[in-house]
Amino acid sequence: MIIRSVRLLFFAFLFFIAGSVSAQHSNGEEENTSATNTTTAHIEKFNAGKMIMDHIIDSYEWHILTYGEKHLSIPLPILILHERKLVSFMSSAFQHGHSPVFFDQNFDRILPENLNSTENIAFGLAIMHEGKHKSKIAYITADDYLLHHTIIENTEAGMPYDFSITKNVVSLWVGLLIILWLFFGIARTYKKRQGMAPKGIQSALEPFIVFIRDDIAKSSIGEHKHEKYLPFLLTIFFFIFINNIVGLVPFFPGGANLTGNIAVTMVLALFTFFITLINSNKNYWKHIFNTPGVPWWLKFPLPLMPIVEVLGVFTKPFVLMVRLFANITAGHIVTLGFISLIFIFGNINVGLGYGVSVISVAFAIFLAFLELLVALIQAYVFTLLSALYFGMATEEHHE
Amino acid sequence: MELVSPGLGLIFWMTLSFAIVLFLLSKYAWPLILNSLKERETEIANSLEAARQARKDIQNLQAHNEDLLKEARNEREELLREARQLKDDLILKAKSQAEIEAKQIVENAKALIEQEKTAALSQLKNQVADLSIEIAERLLKSELSADKKQKELVEKLIGEAKHQLN
Repeated sequence: MIIRSVRLLFFAFLFFIAGSVSAQHSNGEEENTSATNTTTAHIEKFNAGKMIMDHIIDSYEWHILTYGEKHLSIPLPILILHERKLVSFMSSAFQHGHSPVFFDQNFDRILPENLNSTENIAFGLAIMHEGKHKSKIAYITADDYLLHHTIIENTEAGMPYDFSITKNVVSLWVGLLIILWLFFGIARTYKKRQGMAPKGIQSALEPFIVFIRDDIAKSSIGEHKHEKYLPFLLTIFFFIFINNIVGLVPFFPGGANLTGNIAVTMVLALFTFFITLINSNKNYWKHIFNTPGVPWWLKFPLPLMPIVEVLGVFTKPFVLMVRLFANITAGHIVTLGFISLIFIFGNINVGLGYGVSVISVAFAIFLAFLELLVALIQAYVFTLLSALYFGMATEEHHE
Repeated sequence: MELVSPGLGLIFWMTLSFAIVLFLLSKYAWPLILNSLKERETEIANSLEAARQARKDIQNLQAHNEDLLKEARNEREELLREARQLKDDLILKAKSQAEIEAKQIVENAKALIEQEKTAALSQLKNQVADLSIEIAERLLKSELSADKKQKELVEKLIGEAKHQLN
């Protein structure tokens, strides 16, 4: 019953996607010309670096497209923990990041038209546009704003506890819903078709499951102990793989750079790190502090090997974190770079822009295929290395 | 810089959501899927083993059948040979029996003939004796008058009888 309703939701979602695609397609051409128009009209140069950055970092609203002067974006809820109280409002209050939001003593939002004096302002929040906390919500003082009346670039008022449902959080939930729908679906199929040949999605996913079990878990951890870690390995593999793929879909609800976000990869790496530590045995620590097969003068009086090994305990998950982040982010940057070329050349000459678009789109398509491969490879590498670390931590002492 | 500074909110939501999904999948989806897979694999392995066993059994059965057939054929041959032997023996036996019997019959016949002959001879002797006596009687009756004639007659008769006996 639950699975059926989840499936229904998913199809509703697909329809929504299809709608947004067709909207984007019909607007695609105008978008191009409008982009060039606005740049010439406002004498505001197209900034490829800024555009790419805006696409790959997290955001408080989900920007879908800009049509002329109008921005079509989905506002997302902002959740700020201020003095042990949760303050919530929609990100549309920031007006695409151009305005700050002020609150009074009762944590009620002061609407812009009532913002005449600084008297009843308790605290203010704004999305930073420059500096250390760029594109994050920071506290601002009323004076900051009322003095300059412009976009606040930096502040000394500090950072709030920000638990906002950002674009990446929404994308995360979309990805997780897809995963839950897929695997509860096939679990049901497995139960229903006990002992029969796989069918449908089941037969598409089974090779991956069997591969992870046999060639990752069993070969890295061992015949007897691998079963304990298999659920985690399968979950991270499909989490990374599916979210990589979702990240490649260029329209809502895809396109968020979730697996290329350092916070997400950090959490994944920390899961691996803690599972490794919790399950590590005496032999593992012996290898770290008293590495066998190494000359004594590498351990005493200067404990060179132990230092290297202890560092290794932390560099392993760190490398996991950076590798996934860098690979996925790089893919997004390069693809967006090719698309940017169209607008860079379009700024010089509209015709040139159209000409370059052919080459750029061809390269972007090539990259998309490459990224599909990378999506699989990175999921595989993360899972394989996690399995290797678990294997190392649980390896028994043998002569 | 904003690219490599992890956001607190995202860390929180990611940890929470991922942990929940990990828990849900580990409890309700993965064990079911993995167990089904394992069961199916053992089933397939067992079936293959059973098929191999069956094939082997059939082969054994065929070999056994062939052996049986061969044995039966041998037995038949043996039986035939024995029968032929028996037939030959019987014929041989019958032949010798027949020979012996034939000999016996011939012997018997010979003996009978001998007997008949002896009987006939003795009868003849008796007849001759009777005849002689008769002759003698008649001679005696007719010729006993002259001595000389009597003697001549006797000698003539004896000579006749001798001639007859030889």
